[in-house]
Amino acid sequence: MRYAETGYNLEIDLTTGNIERVATDPKDTELYLGGLGTNAKILWDRVPPEVEPFSPDNLLIFGAGLLCGTPATGCNRTIVTTISPQTQLMAYSMMGGFLAPELKYAGYDKVVLRGKSPNLVYIWVNNDKVEIRDASHLKGKGAIETGEIIKKELKEPKAQVAAIGMAGENRVFFASIEQSRSSASRGGIGAVMGDKGVKALVVRGTKDLNIARPAEYMELCDEVMKYIQFRNENPIPGVMPILAGLGSPQEMAIDDEKWHTENFMWGNSRVRRKDFWTEEIHHNWTETMNAARTRLISCYNCPMTCGATISLPGLPTYMMKCFSKLTYTMAAFSDLEFGLRIAQRATEYGLDGFSTPQVMAFGLELLENGILTEDDFPGMPTDNEGRFYWLLDRIVRREGIGDILANGTYWAAQQIGNGAEAYAHNNIKKHEQLPLKLSMLNPIYFLMYCTGEKINITQIEGQFPQAPFMTMEEREAFVKDWIQAPDDRFKQIFLDWEPRGEKSMPFYPTVQMCCDIVDWQERMHYIDDALGVCAGLSSFPLKPPYHIHNYPKFISAGAGIDMDEDKLSLAAKRYRTLVRANNIRRGLRRKDEKPPEDHWKKRFPELEKELLDTYYKFKGWNEQGIPTKESLHELGLDFVSEDFLKRGILSENEEASTTETQAEKA
Amino acid sequence: MTVKAENKKKTVKTIKINVDKCNGCRACEVICSAFHAMPKYSSINPARSRIRVIRDPLKDVYVPVYAGEYAVAECAGRDKYTIDGKEYEECAFCRASCPSRAEFKEPDSGLPLKCDMCEGEDEPLCVKWCMVDALTFEQREEVVDEGLEKAELEIGLESLIDKFGLQQIMETVARMSKKE
Repeated sequence: MRYAETGYNLEIDLTTGNIERVATDPKDTELYLGGLGTNAKILWDRVPPEVEPFSPDNLLIFGAGLLCGTPATGCNRTIVTTISPQTQLMAYSMMGGFLAPELKYAGYDKVVLRGKSPNLVYIWVNNDKVEIRDASHLKGKGAIETGEIIKKELKEPKAQVAAIGMAGENRVFFASIEQSRSSASRGGIGAVMGDKGVKALVVRGTKDLNIARPAEYMELCDEVMKYIQFRNENPIPGVMPILAGLGSPQEMAIDDEKWHTENFMWGNSRVRRKDFWTEEIHHNWTETMNAARTRLISCYNCPMTCGATISLPGLPTYMMKCFSKLTYTMAAFSDLEFGLRIAQRATEYGLDGFSTPQVMAFGLELLENGILTEDDFPGMPTDNEGRFYWLLDRIVRREGIGDILANGTYWAAQQIGNGAEAYAHNNIKKHEQLPLKLSMLNPIYFLMYCTGEKINITQIEGQFPQAPFMTMEEREAFVKDWIQAPDDRFKQIFLDWEPRGEKSMPFYPTVQMCCDIVDWQERMHYIDDALGVCAGLSSFPLKPPYHIHNYPKFISAGAGIDMDEDKLSLAAKRYRTLVRANNIRRGLRRKDEKPPEDHWKKRFPELEKELLDTYYKFKGWNEQGIPTKESLHELGLDFVSEDFLKRGILSENEEASTTETQAEKA
Repeated sequence: MTVKAENKKKTVKTIKINVDKCNGCRACEVICSAFHAMPKYSSINPARSRIRVIRDPLKDVYVPVYAGEYAVAECAGRDKYTIDGKEYEECAFCRASCPSRAEFKEPDSGLPLKCDMCEGEDEPLCVKWCMVDALTFEQREEVVDEGLEKAELEIGLESLIDKFGLQQIMETVARMSKKE
């Protein structure tokens, strides 16, 4: 018997309509855990670099994390993996909500979609009965609307629906997949779903999911719950409120937005408004939020209420989470009411709340600077808010200028030319980033921005405080009950870290210490993404309930796989390297690993070179960022080095090859 | 007519449900199905849970409901309630395992489920797992006036005698006791 996982994937060929329930190899679970780990393995095995994002041979994998559906609090993430049309690299966007546990109860760990359906369809997974059903009546419908219609027509109010809106249908490069209160937004995975002709994945499951050692597992779950309660009652002193507690930043509950509105950039990630937040704005925005927010809500089996139901007069109700609250507002230099209203339309269209506002602000910036002209925007209203709605409607329909903007700022700038490239200034690996522009280089963040392959800083950072504490007393108090640190080295680094002087940024923490810190932070995210635990209860906040010391126990007692810290770290390194291998095979090299040019004003080129050199070496990668034959062998990934050798990516003496690859040509 | 009253105490267990606090996470369903698995906690399946969150997120309807008695037939009518501007089906508050819906039935056998307040635990586990405090457990001692109960029985019998006559009631009681 398999524990925590079901041991079966659902393989659906959309071209032929063939559906198969395929038993998976328990050995793969040991090596790659589940979720992201096994997704990366499937992608490596079956999607070679010649396969274009919109090829029928590209896969779209919905993977439930290894522990999803078990009683572990906050373990509900679906990891969606494919080749991104925007970055042309492996995308692994994720969503919470309710889909992954439902999929487990239906008897599957993953749904793997391949091929292309000739007509728009949706997939109905009802335990053992799986159907591909006509969705022509759902064409052009909103993502949330689609879920409601399907549940009604199937008479299955308890079914969980992951759907695309018009953006996905029209292959917008930053289209999301929406699922009740959650969405998998980054990397344009919704466009791949639309390209495959799949409007929605609908799941209902009523089967048992087994736990290997029940009593032991429940004890671990109880400890986590108690620790959550403890942390809720004891926020961390000395850090700003959004970093003091657990969960994803409590944007729906907190009304004081001084920090975001005055430190993040407005418009096309350009303008900092240092004196924006006034008493009057605080008052008005609080009233707006109080009127719109009907309830704080959670994902499956989680008490953290990071989301909210939003109902605005004259608009359908939708559910919002986290920072999309402010992204539209700030891109348009508008107010919260506008932000909440346009987010409703964008959610139904199925769009990424990070990229979309920036793409629109980018388009308008090109117009203001004469790179695009009024002729490119025929019929656009003159008022600011109206222009954003107009652009949003054009983008999701790929009409006129919207067709170009629908490819994201990087590709749109390439197409427009005429100096437009300089305006696509906030990208890493062709993907729009958080609108942050800072003064002095932070070496830890430099490494995370450069080498992160989720290409989204919030999914890489966490665990280690973002800034040193002022006094030794505060630092000692912080490390005293810092049970999450892998070992005492991290405590010492933090104790010695000063805001000013010799032991301060950017030269302290030292290069080697930065490598250790980044590796720890990244490792925890990768473990979360394989187990399906929300980063909000694990890798993202300070002092989370899940950490490197209790995770092995969860895997042992839950999945019945013998696990310890070393073995778990090795497994995480293994599939983390496999993610990189997928991307290396697609052309990712050192030249792509850099933050936006203007992210920091004060840069340190020599230090940055040393940081990247040292980190690559530390990770077992050569100076081009390619995993070496030796390090691949240690991870049991000889099949990767064989492939690299065959493709000329590595040569026998392990010098990096300069062979031109698919992504470079594109 | 008086019957000597004899006061007895009994413990009444109550779960108070605050629908305004429910965050819709269904942790109650998770732990309920785990607790009632055989062996205990060995499997999870919210479809076996004896508590259900009747939820319709876009209408902001979240009602945790406990499985109560089994009903052989469904209700003749189904009313709708509007509370604070939100419309609820009558079934959203009903504890019965009944033919009209899938709630509170074992998914395999269709046999009815009933909440047992997690016998043997300090408090029902759904309450323990509800960290947003939508569910709270209350135990109170209630004084039960046994004498009053007897009086009620007599009042009831009298009305039956009025209706059917003493003879018929006696014959019926005799026949029923013979059967047992």
